Amino acid sequence: MNKIIKKTQLSSDVFQLRVAAPLIAEERKPGQFVILQLDNEFGERIPLTIADADQKAGSITLIFQVVGKTTRRLAALKEGENIVSILGPLGQPTHIEKVGTVVCVGGGIGVAPLHPIAQGMKQAGNRVIIIMGARTKDLIILEKEMRVIADELILCTDDGSAGRKCLVTEPLKELCQREPKPNLAVAIGPPIMMKFCAATTRPFAVPTVVSLNTIMVDGTGMCGGCRVTVGDKTRFVCVDGPEFDGHLVDFDNMMQRLSAYKDLEKDAHHKCRMEMEIKKLKATTP
Amino acid sequence: MSHPTPEELNAKAHAALAQLEPRITQLKPKDRLAIPVQEMPAQDPHVRRHNIQEVAVGYTAEQARAEALRCLQCKNAPCIAGCPVRINIPAFIQAIVDGDYQKSVDIIKEASLLPAVCGRVCPQEEQCQKPCTVGKALKDCNQSVSIGRLERFVSDWEREQGKIKIPTVKLETGKKVAIIGCGPAGITVAADVRREGHAVTIFEAFHRPGGVMLYGIPEFRLPKVIVQQEVATLEKMGVKIQTNFAVGRTRKLLDLIKKDGYDAIFVGVGAGLPKFMNIPGENLVGVFSANEYLTRANLMRAYDFERADTPIFRSNKVAVLGGGNVAMDATRMAIRLGAQEVHLVYRRTEVEMPARIEEVAHAKEEGAIFHLLQNAKRIIGDDKGRVTGMECLRYELGEPDASGRRRPVEVKGSEFIMDVDTVIVAIGNDSNPLIRQTTPGLEHNKWGNIITDDAQKTSLDAVYAGGDIVLGAATVILAMGQGRTAAAAINKLLAEKMTQPAGR
Ligand SMILES: Cc1cc2nc3c(=O)[nH]c(=O)nc-3n(C[C@H](O)[C@H](O)[C@H](O)COP(=O)(O)OP(=O)(O)OC[C@H]3O[C@@H](n4cnc5c(N)ncnc54)[C@H](O)[C@@H]3O)c2cc1C
Ligand code: SF4
Ligand code: FES
Repeated sequence: MNKIIKKTQLSSDVFQLRVAAPLIAEERKPGQFVILQLDNEFGERIPLTIADADQKAGSITLIFQVVGKTTRRLAALKEGENIVSILGPLGQPTHIEKVGTVVCVGGGIGVAPLHPIAQGMKQAGNRVIIIMGARTKDLIILEKEMRVIADELILCTDDGSAGRKCLVTEPLKELCQREPKPNLAVAIGPPIMMKFCAATTRPFAVPTVVSLNTIMVDGTGMCGGCRVTVGDKTRFVCVDGPEFDGHLVDFDNMMQRLSAYKDLEKDAHHKCRMEMEIKKLKATTP
Repeated sequence: MSHPTPEELNAKAHAALAQLEPRITQLKPKDRLAIPVQEMPAQDPHVRRHNIQEVAVGYTAEQARAEALRCLQCKNAPCIAGCPVRINIPAFIQAIVDGDYQKSVDIIKEASLLPAVCGRVCPQEEQCQKPCTVGKALKDCNQSVSIGRLERFVSDWEREQGKIKIPTVKLETGKKVAIIGCGPAGITVAADVRREGHAVTIFEAFHRPGGVMLYGIPEFRLPKVIVQQEVATLEKMGVKIQTNFAVGRTRKLLDLIKKDGYDAIFVGVGAGLPKFMNIPGENLVGVFSANEYLTRANLMRAYDFERADTPIFRSNKVAVLGGGNVAMDATRMAIRLGAQEVHLVYRRTEVEMPARIEEVAHAKEEGAIFHLLQNAKRIIGDDKGRVTGMECLRYELGEPDASGRRRPVEVKGSEFIMDVDTVIVAIGNDSNPLIRQTTPGLEHNKWGNIITDDAQKTSLDAVYAGGDIVLGAATVILAMGQGRTAAAAINKLLAEKMTQPAGR
């Protein structure tokens, strides 16, 4: 049982929860994640990155976007209520060292897991350039927090409602063309964004780390459901990752695997909507 | 052949007993050998293909009595030597004949902690029933006394009576023991150590305790209420169970001693690292490890399409690779989840299959299609990365290998395509590296299994290990056996610590 201490809505469908989890707060390092569950009988287990932690308060911060049944239920929980199961911290921590200049690229909700990494990179003495992208202005999260860390921050939106009107790959390419070019890129966001970030840095041979968020069940290496192809090897994201060399990840295979249950989810979503409609009807008809 | 109903089987037992009862005190071995083996009543295969309930429904009292009367009460009792935990088999069987079921259960529990589980899932044909004198006399191991079914009968009786005894716990000693993993090994150690009055906490990574008994072995073979009952008994004894706690991640193993003050640790984390074939196409959508498939279906309850949030792949034609219990369980689960065809693909012949005979028979009855001496070479997908077929190769048996089994060799040019949309890989488990990678100094062999001495002690002080993490993927009873040995060693260690003068 983990109590929700504070709940904040960051954008229309993005929420931030501060949750009591003293042991996880004590052990966690940037880059690690938890698996949570809202109902031990029939609930599903979903991975969420730990965005931040407060050892003294014994709490961790989770940031998530409402995309399916579990995240919708999670968003409906109130302060003081409990999350039944949280397992963590899982995965390998980010390898943080002083390399020189690090470009951190965050797309949409990916800015949340990127935040502790950017922080760590800065603390290690790196020059940190942050590129943040979102579809539109309202979906930008953690801008203030990121500005505190960044030596340089580039904001982009698809519709130009804030910052530059472009995809994150555009400034990323410009940075790679600069002399000296960055020593490392870290890209976290939707798979398609990470794929194109890796494609952008590849010709410049800028090492690029990506953080993968695959389907998971146990999160301890027991099931292999989270596996991805990296180079010509199969790796388990939950124990070997979540971070991998972006130039070696087979993103197409990963995206296909992510969509394994899409049809079923649509069914469930549809059913859920129907039920809500029916409830509404029932409530309005005397 | 129509499927015999439980009523018909009971009638047979009734008839056999009617003949015997008048001269029950003077039965000769010849008479006992003449009693037919009592068949296990089971759900009709056509019905059970569509439900998740237990297949074998258990002996009736008359069947149990008839079967128990088949035992010759051998002086040398070769069956006991075949039992990994040395249950006093003739004694518990005699108690059934005497109608004293409670005594029967008590005798079993002197040696075994999980009889309702073992009576269901032990490979008896390889253990106690293999050397049984009755089987030998009738020249057929399948004709041995059905020891496992009798074990199940009395332990089910106890549970149904609601009479499960909570073992007495001695006065608190002030010592504490951490147990990692709540499978059969961990559960056994917890009970034996707690009895001596030591405080016990089990740390389990999953959200529910039970280990493979919960997430691997399906409901239709081992109802989860049985596992829950065993766990409830532990909790009544005062054992604490901390779920959602992955040792190595949530806390390092040795921090349990250093930071949290545990006096001893038992590691029973199971095997838990699925092996894949390393063939092309294995990461396509629609290829699963048996662990993933079964965990979704069992632990996450995905078989309950209506209520479970966890999805499971909807398949029409499934191929399962492997020949062990895990492969049979995956096969039978896929059938229940609605697949039209389930093909079991195994490299050797049925004789070499490591699965229990009963499981193989059940899978066939339920309509699994066996492809022996064949193996997958490559999995084929469409432009969306979804499985559309599997290329296979045929094999023939060559010379015996180191294990004495004839080695399958591929038949050149025998490739053919099997039309499937799902492939489940069930070729075994290696040991999960989580603990060993995060615990310096914990010695392991080249397969990653933790090395222990005869008392199950590892290379680290006060750290013991047992079950699949030591044995490699093995069995419930062997895990339990090692658990008992480890518990005895831990109890001894703590007793010694307590007699040492304070301050040392
Ligand atoms: C599908 C299937 C069918 C089987 N059928 C049979 C059968 O018919 N008969 C038979 O005798 N045997 C069978 N087996 C084998 C049998 O289940 C195992 O040998 C037995 O369960 C091993 O017990 P264990 O206690 O060592 O480990 P497990 O039962 O594997 O339990 C280990 C527990 O430790 C937990 N854990 C792992 N890592 C950590 C960690 N770092 N921190 C905390 N907890 C952790 C796991 O979540 C798990 O709950 C089968 C196995 C499978 C997979
Ligand atoms: S060997 Fe068979 S017949 Fe003999 S005591 Fe054991 S169970 Fe009975
Ligand atoms: S989630 Fe099961 S192995 Fe990674």
